[in-house]
Amino acid sequence: MTLAPFKRWESMLALVLVGEFVLFSAISPYFLDVDTLSDATFNFTERALVALPLALLIIAGEIDISVAGIIALASVAMGLAAGQGAGAATLAIIGLGTGLAAGCVNGLLVTVGRVPSIVATIGTMTLFRGAAYAVLGDRVLKNYPESFATFGQGYLAGPVSIELALFVVSAVAYALFLHGTRWGRAVFAIGANPVATRFSGIPVNRYRFALFALTGLASGLAAVLLTSRLGSTRPSIAQGWELEIISIVILGGVSVWGGKGSILGVVLAALVFGLITFGLGLMNIPGIVMSIFTGTLLILVVAVPALVRRP
Amino acid sequence: MKLAPYRGWSETARRDLHLALLTLALFVIVTAKFPVFASPHNLAGLLDDTAILIMLALGQMLVILVRGIDLSVAANLALCGMLAALFNRAFPGAGIAPVLALSLVAGALLGAFNGILVWKLRLPPIVVTLGTLSIYRGVIYLLSRGAWVNENEMSREFVGFTRAQFLGLSTLSWFALVFAAAAIFEMRHTRIARNLYAAGGNPEAAAYAGIDPGRMQFIAYLASGAIAGLCGFLWVSRFAVAYTDIALGFELQVIAACLIGGVAIAGGAGSAGGVLLGCLFLGIIRSSLPLVGISAFWQMFINGVVIVAAVLLSARQRRQVRAILEAR
Repeated sequence: MTLAPFKRWESMLALVLVGEFVLFSAISPYFLDVDTLSDATFNFTERALVALPLALLIIAGEIDISVAGIIALASVAMGLAAGQGAGAATLAIIGLGTGLAAGCVNGLLVTVGRVPSIVATIGTMTLFRGAAYAVLGDRVLKNYPESFATFGQGYLAGPVSIELALFVVSAVAYALFLHGTRWGRAVFAIGANPVATRFSGIPVNRYRFALFALTGLASGLAAVLLTSRLGSTRPSIAQGWELEIISIVILGGVSVWGGKGSILGVVLAALVFGLITFGLGLMNIPGIVMSIFTGTLLILVVAVPALVRRP
Repeated sequence: MKLAPYRGWSETARRDLHLALLTLALFVIVTAKFPVFASPHNLAGLLDDTAILIMLALGQMLVILVRGIDLSVAANLALCGMLAALFNRAFPGAGIAPVLALSLVAGALLGAFNGILVWKLRLPPIVVTLGTLSIYRGVIYLLSRGAWVNENEMSREFVGFTRAQFLGLSTLSWFALVFAAAAIFEMRHTRIARNLYAAGGNPEAAAYAGIDPGRMQFIAYLASGAIAGLCGFLWVSRFAVAYTDIALGFELQVIAACLIGGVAIAGGAGSAGGVLLGCLFLGIIRSSLPLVGISAFWQMFINGVVIVAAVLLSARQRRQVRAILEAR
C-alpha cells in the first residue's frame, strides 16, 4: 500500500480547514473566540463519534445505514426509562445497551444471515426508526432528570466539553487500534480481499460482527449525548444523520470500495464538516440548503479521484 | 418441496409463485376477519394507494437488476412534482400535456445525472444517489423558497387528472395497471430487458457479448428517473399539495417492495410480476392496518420487519452454493 496519496488527501483536508478558519474569521469578528469555537464543536462531536467506527466498517468493505435509526431507538428507550424514574447513570447504560444490541442485530444479519450489509441495514434502519415511531407516535418524551443533562451539556475543564473530550479520546483510541495493532491490519485486509483474508486464517465474520456491534455501541453513545443535549426525544431525532455521518467518513478519504482509509482523515473531515455547518449557521443559511452542499461534496469527493485516475 | 409441477420452473418463477400464494393468504385472512376489505370500492382504493409505489418499484427494479440502487427516487419525485406544480401555477391554462412532458423530461434528466456518474466515472451507486438525494431535496427548497403550493393555486384539470374515474378505477390506477402490464411483457420479451439481465448477472460476460454494462446502467437510471418524474406530477395531482418534504423516505418503501418482490440486490435476477406482487403485499398490509385497529405509526416498523424477513429468506436460498472457507 502506498501512503503518499493519503498523506496528500489529508493535507488537502487540513488546507481546507485552514481556509475555513480564515474565511469565517473574516466574515464574523466573533468567530475566533474560545467560547464560540467551543460551541462550534457540538456541530460534529456526536456525528464524529459514530463516524469513527463506521470508518472501520467501511474500510472492512461493509456499510451501516441504520446508525441514525439506532440513535432514535436508543433515545426512545432512554426516554421511556426516564419516565419510570431512572437516574442519569442508568439512562446512559440503557442508551449504550440499546445501541449495542441494535448493532449486534446488524452483525448477526450480515454474518449469520449472510445478507449484504447495505440491504440488511436499510431493513434495520426502517425497523429501528419504525419502532421509535410505533412506540412514540406523535408524543415527545422529556422527563429527563436534571443530572442527565451533564453528558451533553457539561464541560470537563474550561471550554473543553465532555463531548469534545470523549471525541478526542475516541479518535486517539481508534487511530491506535486501526494503525497500530494487527487487528487493525486485519480490518484493512478484510476490506481489500475478504476471501484471501479468510484463507489466511483470520476469522472474517467475527471481525465483521464486532465492527457492527461497535458501530451500534457508538450510535448508542451518540444517542446519550444528543438526548442529553436536547433534553427531549422525538421519533424523528437525528433524522438524516446517516447521510451526514457517511459523508464525513467518505470525505475523510475512506474508500467506499473498502481496504483504504485513515482515522486522521476522518477526524479532519469531521472538523471540516462541523465548521461548515457552523459557518453556514453564522450566515443564516437554512439546513436544507446545507444539504445541497453536503450532497455535492459527497459526490465530488468520490468523483475527483475518479476523474484524476482517467487517462 | 419437490412437487412435480415445479420441475422446469426457474427459481424466479418459483419465488413469484410463493409470493403470490403468500399475498393471497394475507388477503384471505384480512377478508375473513373484515369482509368489507374485499369490496370493490375498497380494492379500487387499495390500487389507487399502491399505484405510485408500483410504478416507482418497477423503475427501481431496473436499477437493482444492473447492480445499482437509486436512493434518489423520492427526492426526484418531489422535485419534479414541485416543478409541475410551479409550472401549473404560472401557466394554469396550459393544460395537462405540457405538465406531463415537463415532469417526465425533468425526471429523466435527474435520472440521467445519476446514470452518467455511475457509467462514466464508475462511482458507487449508493454514494451517488445519497448525494443526489440531498441535492434534489435542497433544490426543491430553493425553487419553492420553502413555501407550499396548495390546491387553490392549482388548476382544476391539474388536480382532477389523477382522480377521474374510468370503469370504476381512477386514472392513477390505470396508469399503474398499464405500466405493470407493459413492464411484465417487456421484461420477458424485449432485447433491452435481456441485455439488462445480462449486464447485471455477469458484466464481464455481457461485455464480451457486445453489451456495454455501463450503458445499461445508464439506461436503467434514466428510466427510473423518468418514472419518478412522472410520478412526481401524479403524486402532487393526487394529494393536491407540493412542498419540500413530500414522499420523504419513500425510496425505502420502493426498495422494500423490490426486495420483497424477489429482486436480487446482487443484480441480474428479478421479475416485474414479483415486484408487482411485492407492492400489493405492502399495499394490503398498509390498507388493513386501520381495519385491524393498529395506529398508522406502526407502518414503518412493519415495513422494517417485512424487509428484514424478505432479505433473510432470499439470502438463505443462496446458501448452499458457498464454500466452507469462503468469507461471503
